[in-house]
Amino acid sequence: MEGKISAVESRPMKQTVSVAPPAAEFGKNPITQFFEWFGDLGLFFWQVARAAVTPPFEFRELFRQLDEIGSKSLPLVALAGAATGVVLSMEARYSLTRFGAKSLLPAAIVFSVIHETGPIITGLVVSGRVGAGIGAELASMKVTEQIDAIEASAVNPYRLLAATRILACILMMPLLTLAGDACGLIMGWVAQALVEPLSFHQFINNGFKGADFNDLLPPTFKTCVFGLIIGLIACFQGMRTQGGAAGVGRAATSSVVLSSLFVILADVVLVKIILLFFP
Amino acid sequence: MDTIEQITSQRRGSEQEDGAAVVAVAVKDLHKSFGSQKVLDGVSLAVKRGETLAVLGRSGTGKSVLLRLIIGLEKPDSGTVSIYGQDTGHLVLDQLGAIRRKMGFLFQHAALYDSLTVEQNVAFPLQHNQREMAKSEKDDRVRQLLAEVGMEAAMQKMPSDISGGMQKRVGLARALALEPDILLLDEPTAGLDPISSAEIDDLVLKLQEEHHMASIVVTHDLHSAKTIANRLALLDQGNVVIEGNFEELQESEIGFVKEFLKHS
Repeated sequence: MEGKISAVESRPMKQTVSVAPPAAEFGKNPITQFFEWFGDLGLFFWQVARAAVTPPFEFRELFRQLDEIGSKSLPLVALAGAATGVVLSMEARYSLTRFGAKSLLPAAIVFSVIHETGPIITGLVVSGRVGAGIGAELASMKVTEQIDAIEASAVNPYRLLAATRILACILMMPLLTLAGDACGLIMGWVAQALVEPLSFHQFINNGFKGADFNDLLPPTFKTCVFGLIIGLIACFQGMRTQGGAAGVGRAATSSVVLSSLFVILADVVLVKIILLFFP
Repeated sequence: MDTIEQITSQRRGSEQEDGAAVVAVAVKDLHKSFGSQKVLDGVSLAVKRGETLAVLGRSGTGKSVLLRLIIGLEKPDSGTVSIYGQDTGHLVLDQLGAIRRKMGFLFQHAALYDSLTVEQNVAFPLQHNQREMAKSEKDDRVRQLLAEVGMEAAMQKMPSDISGGMQKRVGLARALALEPDILLLDEPTAGLDPISSAEIDDLVLKLQEEHHMASIVVTHDLHSAKTIANRLALLDQGNVVIEGNFEELQESEIGFVKEFLKHS
């Protein structure tokens, strides 16, 4: 009898209150809308945080989301990581050979991947796949009154739908990043080994020479913040959707665009903080 | 099984005997606007336990909004909603949950979870509100509810695989899962053919008779309202124009009431 809650098809659109709020929005200037959006996002975050720490806990839905967001994103993250590793290897070889620093190639690849490209590529891939998925799913549930039905059944939708998805994003992002890093490093080595034979053991030894946990852990765990951003924005955009099928489309698009944008902006701040605390 | 007419007359009889019944739902001077559009403009109503009130009116007069305000899916701009004497206006989501456990809500389009089977839809409120209940007990309860609405055979079907009338039946079973004291029905017969509408009316009457709930039925179907309700309230321009039984509506000299009855 157990089942998952998600929207899989289009249903009759909600008629009652879907028209008035967007009409009211048209009258507001963009600056007011901008600040209202942040205010609403803050209130939404507060509702979700409060729901997440008070029982009953929705462990079953959380595990389902860990699978949905984590395992099902793995192939895409791995592929993106691998492609990045190959490109980095080719580009770095060209540049370093020009400046006579070819011996630094393994270190250049390793540091690039674990410091920046692995986390940011994973963040952007997950914001594309998961952000759009969550945004469209919750938006579809919203316009077909399924979220209202959850609420009417005395179940807190912030706890069941939002907290579980956001928490799953936060928990899975570092693991996906490690997987993306690993694929990037392996394919970076393959790309290098095809040009100039080098054992994987040698590649790793040279690459990690002088590196410590501060080079790996802070950049990896900064992706928890990316997970929070992706989950929060996608859930927020999905659950505030209005306006039928067009609204669902807008929610999916805005979830991806906004979460990608905020992941990049957050990265700027997080890199500065990491350099400050883990020089 | 009793005929619709027998049950209706029994209900009307019991209403007269039970004059001092507890007020289950009371709304007072309720105002609600969406942007510049005023939807409700000072609505006041009360429904006692065991009583069925039908809220009638033209499309867009705020009937569904009234139900959403009662269950707390919308917040009123002003005015109060009381459930068994408790004002729900200042309650947060989890506190509202305790009130909502006493209420069942049938949505206009049933709002079934489209990724869950019929059985899982009905089990949903039980799984999330009665976690201590044994699985076998929950399964039995779900089967009993689906049997009650005549949908036992469709347990494993998806909502997309059943008709609109059947979806309403499943929605009704889900609304009854927590054994509510108050039942809110939003257009239970809208979009259904006359036979399916009559079946839904029959079912609602039977359930009300068995469970003795306070019910509010929003509809624009006068025939359905006349069949299942003890009392009718007619909404126009965000306010109650008239409230009473069908005969009182028929005798009214108010222009809008006459026009509404004439075209129904």
